[in-house]
Amino acid sequence: MTQMVTATLLINGAAQTVRVHPDTPLLWVLRETLKLTGTKYGCGAAQCGSCVVHIEGRAAYSCQTPVSEVGNRPITTIEGLSPDSTHPVQRAWIAEQVPQCGYCQSGQIMRAAALLKQNPRPTREDIIAEMQLHLCRCGSYRRVVAAVERAARGG
Amino acid sequence: MHKRADAEHHPSRRAVLGGGCFTLAFLLTPGRQLRVMSARAQPTTLSANTWVSIYADGTIEIMCPTSEMGQGIFTSLPLILAEEMDADWSRVRVVQAPVSPAFANPVHFKSQGVGGSRSLRGYWMPMRLAGAHARTVLLANAATRWQVPRAELTTEPSRVIHAASGRSISYGEIAAFASLPADLPAPTEADLKPQSRWRLIGRDVPRVEVPSKVNGAATFGIDVQRPDMLYASILRAPVATCPHPLYTQAVVIGPTRIDDRAALAIEGVTQVVALDHGVAVLGTDYWATVKGKQALKVEWQTGAKSERYDSLTALDEFSAIARDPSRKGVARGNTGDVAAAFETAARTLSGEFSSEHVYHAAMEPMNATASVRDGEVDLWSPTQGQTWARDTVVKTLGVAPDKVRVHTTFLGGGFGIKTEQLTTAEAVLLSRAAGKPVKVIWSREDDIRNGAYRPAAAHRLEAALDAAGRITGWKHRLVADSVLLRARTAQLDQFKGFDVVVMSGAVTTYAIPNKHHEFIHQDRGIPLGYWSANGAGLTNFAIESFLDEIAGALGKDPVALRLELLGEPRGKRVVEAVAAMAQWDRKREGTALGIAYSDGGEWNCKCAQVAEVSVDRRSGVVKVHKIFAAVDPGIAVQPDHLAQQIETGILFGLGAALRERITIEDGRVQQANFGAYDLTRSRDVPEIEIKIVDTGHRGMSGAGQPGVPPVAPAVANAIAALTGARMRRTPMLPERVQAAMKR
Repeated sequence: MTQMVTATLLINGAAQTVRVHPDTPLLWVLRETLKLTGTKYGCGAAQCGSCVVHIEGRAAYSCQTPVSEVGNRPITTIEGLSPDSTHPVQRAWIAEQVPQCGYCQSGQIMRAAALLKQNPRPTREDIIAEMQLHLCRCGSYRRVVAAVERAARGG
Repeated sequence: MHKRADAEHHPSRRAVLGGGCFTLAFLLTPGRQLRVMSARAQPTTLSANTWVSIYADGTIEIMCPTSEMGQGIFTSLPLILAEEMDADWSRVRVVQAPVSPAFANPVHFKSQGVGGSRSLRGYWMPMRLAGAHARTVLLANAATRWQVPRAELTTEPSRVIHAASGRSISYGEIAAFASLPADLPAPTEADLKPQSRWRLIGRDVPRVEVPSKVNGAATFGIDVQRPDMLYASILRAPVATCPHPLYTQAVVIGPTRIDDRAALAIEGVTQVVALDHGVAVLGTDYWATVKGKQALKVEWQTGAKSERYDSLTALDEFSAIARDPSRKGVARGNTGDVAAAFETAARTLSGEFSSEHVYHAAMEPMNATASVRDGEVDLWSPTQGQTWARDTVVKTLGVAPDKVRVHTTFLGGGFGIKTEQLTTAEAVLLSRAAGKPVKVIWSREDDIRNGAYRPAAAHRLEAALDAAGRITGWKHRLVADSVLLRARTAQLDQFKGFDVVVMSGAVTTYAIPNKHHEFIHQDRGIPLGYWSANGAGLTNFAIESFLDEIAGALGKDPVALRLELLGEPRGKRVVEAVAAMAQWDRKREGTALGIAYSDGGEWNCKCAQVAEVSVDRRSGVVKVHKIFAAVDPGIAVQPDHLAQQIETGILFGLGAALRERITIEDGRVQQANFGAYDLTRSRDVPEIEIKIVDTGHRGMSGAGQPGVPPVAPAVANAIAALTGARMRRTPMLPERVQAAMKR
C-alpha cells in the first residue's frame, strides 16, 4: 500500500474529506490531517487509552482504527464532547482538579463519558474496571475515580 | 481556554490590547538583586526581560520561567509574585517565559529548566522580590498622583488605597499613567509580606491551565503545527547508545548502508536523510513517514560497548564487586573511624540489595518541532531544559545563541527524561536539511528503546553494633554505571568520580558516628539519565530495608530505631506523624505494616511512609492496601499541588518497586511497548493518605521527588513483617516474592 486514498469522515458533526493512506490510524488523521490535537498518541497499541474517542457513541481506540474501516460512523473527539467544556464529566474533572500534566486526560474523559452514557450509576468497581484501561504516569487515578463519581452525581 | 501567548511573539502589546501598557521589567543579577530595566512600555524591546506587565484593563501578565509538566508550576510560581504584588489573582494571565538569563534558576545550573525539585527553591525569593518591587512602583505612582506620602498607602488585591482620604485606584488605572520613579530602591527581604498577611500562598487555588486540559485545547509539544510543516520518523541503531548532542562522552552508532528505495516509493514521503545516529524519513504526512521507516533497509556500525551488556548478568557482577573488598571506588561524606568501629564491634551485620533499570514512560513521547530558515531557528519543544535546548541548537547548527528562539510547550510528563535533547538536535538538523519546519515524533517503541534509564545498581551495606545494640559503624558500597559520565563529565570530575546523581541519598544523615559511603563505577556504555528522585530511589531502598534488618536483629521496633537515629527534629516529627496515622502498634489480620524514611537531601523535604500490604502466598503477588505519607516541605505554597506531587511520587515509586523494569540483552532493550512495560493502573492503586506536617520549618523545598524513595523499602519492610521474607531486588516481582518466602 504505497498510495493514498480519499476518505470522508463524520467528525464532531461535520463531514471531513481527507487524502491519506488507507491503513492510517484514525488517530493520526484526527491529529495531523485535521489538526484536532486534543486526541493524544501514547502507545499506538491499545495499551494506554490516550487516543480514545467515541465512534457511534462508544469508546474506541483511535490508534487501532484504520481510516478505511471508519466508513460513515459518526466520530466524536474531545473537541466535540461539548461546545463549551460543560459536559458533566468535564465539569467534574475541573472540580476535582484531575489533570496534572494532562496528556492522558482527553482519553480518560472520553472513556468516562461513554461509561456514564451506558451506565449512569456505576459502582466504584465498575469505574475502576473501565478506567484501568488508561495509563496516567502522573498517577491521577484516584482523582479520576472521584471525578467519575462526581459526574455520575451530575458534575 | 488558557491563553498560551509567548511574550516574544506579541508584535505589539499596545496594538493587541488597545490600551496603555505599563511594563515593569526586572533583570535578575547573580546577587539576586533586582535591577529595573525600564518602565514605559516598549514591548518589542523589553519583553525578553520582563517578569510582570500590568495593562490598563487590569490584566496582569506574569511570566512563568520554567516548564509546566504536571507539577503545577504554571500556577504556583506566578502566584508567589502575585502575592507580594497584591495582585487580584482572577486578573492574572500566565505567560511562558522565553529563554533569557533573566529567568535562570539560581539553584539549577544557573539555567532555565525544571529538575531536581528546584523550581520553588530557586524562584521563591526572586519572584517574591519582583512582586514586591512591582507593588512599590504602583504605590509610588499613586502617591505622586495624589500628592500624599507613600507610607500612607496600602493595597488590596489590585488596588491602592489611601484610607485617610477614602480614595482608591486600581492597578490598571495606575498602569495607564505610570512611570518609573528614578530613585526607587531595590526591594529587600525586609520589604516582603509577613506570612500572616498572605492571601494566596498556602491557600489552594485552581490550577490555571486545568480548564485547557479537559477540552483538548492545551498545546503539548507533539501538538505543534506549523505552516508547510513536514514530519519525521527516525530509525536508530538496534543497540542502546548515547548519541545525545550535549553529552561530553557521546556514543554514536550510525548507518553504514541505507536502502531507501521502498521508503521513497510511498506517497507522502519526501526525503530520506542520513544522520550520524540514525536514518530519518521525512514526509508531508506522519503515517507515510512511519510506513517509510518500516520500509527502510539499514546496516549499522558495530562495536558499541553496550553490545556486550546484559542487564541481569551485570547486576550479578555488580553484586559480586560490591561484596569484594579488594574492589575500590570513590568515597564521600565519610565520618569517624569506620575501620575501628568494625574492629571493635560486638557484632556486625550485612545486607545486599539491587535494583533493575526503569524507564520514564512519560505519556507524551519525545518530540520536537523546528524551523530553521535564513540562519534563524525556532524550536517548539516540551522540554525540561530551555537553556539546554538552546545550547543544543547552538552546538548542533553552529548558530549564535541570539538566533535561537525556544518556545516551551506544555509537557506530557517529564520525570527527568525531558531534560534530554536528542529530539532538539534531530528537529533542527532535519529542518535545515529540508528547508521547512519539521516535527520529529518518537513512537512509543522509539521512546522505550532510546531512553535514558535509571541505573541498575547493586549495594552492599554493613553495620557495626556495640554491646549495647547501638549502630557504631556503617558502610554502604554501591556499584553501578554512571549517569554523569556521559551527560556531565565535568560534574563527575568535580566530585572526583563520585556520581552524586546515582549516590543521591547514600550519604545518610542518621546519627551514626562512623560512616562510609562508596561509589564503584562500572562503565558499561548504557544510556542512563535523570529519573524521578534519581539515586535516592535506589539508595533509600537499600538503607531503609537494611535498617529494618538491623531492627530485627536487635529486637527493636523499626519506628523506635529510626527515632533513635534521627538527630534532627523535622525527621523525628514526620516519622512520629506517619506512625500515628497508620496506628503503627495496632496488629492487623492478614496485612502488615512497613515503614521507611527519606530525609529528602537537597530537596529539603522530609517524607516518611508506611505501607500496609498483604501477599498471596501461592502466587507471590503483593497487594498494597494503603500508603500513609507524612511530609514536611517547610512552606506549602499550594497544599493540594503538594499532595498531588507526593501522590505522583508514591505511585511512580510503587511501579518501580513492584512491576516496572527494563531488561537489556546484548545491548538491546527487550521491552517495546506498554504490553511489556508494566505500569501502575487504576486497579493497582492503594488507598493513599498524605499529611503535611508543620514542624515549624519555614524554608522552601521541592515536592516533585520526595514521595518516591520511601515506597519501595516501606513495601519491602511490610512484606518482611508479614512473611519473614526479605526482598532484596526491585522490582519485587511475584516470582521473586515466592522465592524469598521459600528461603
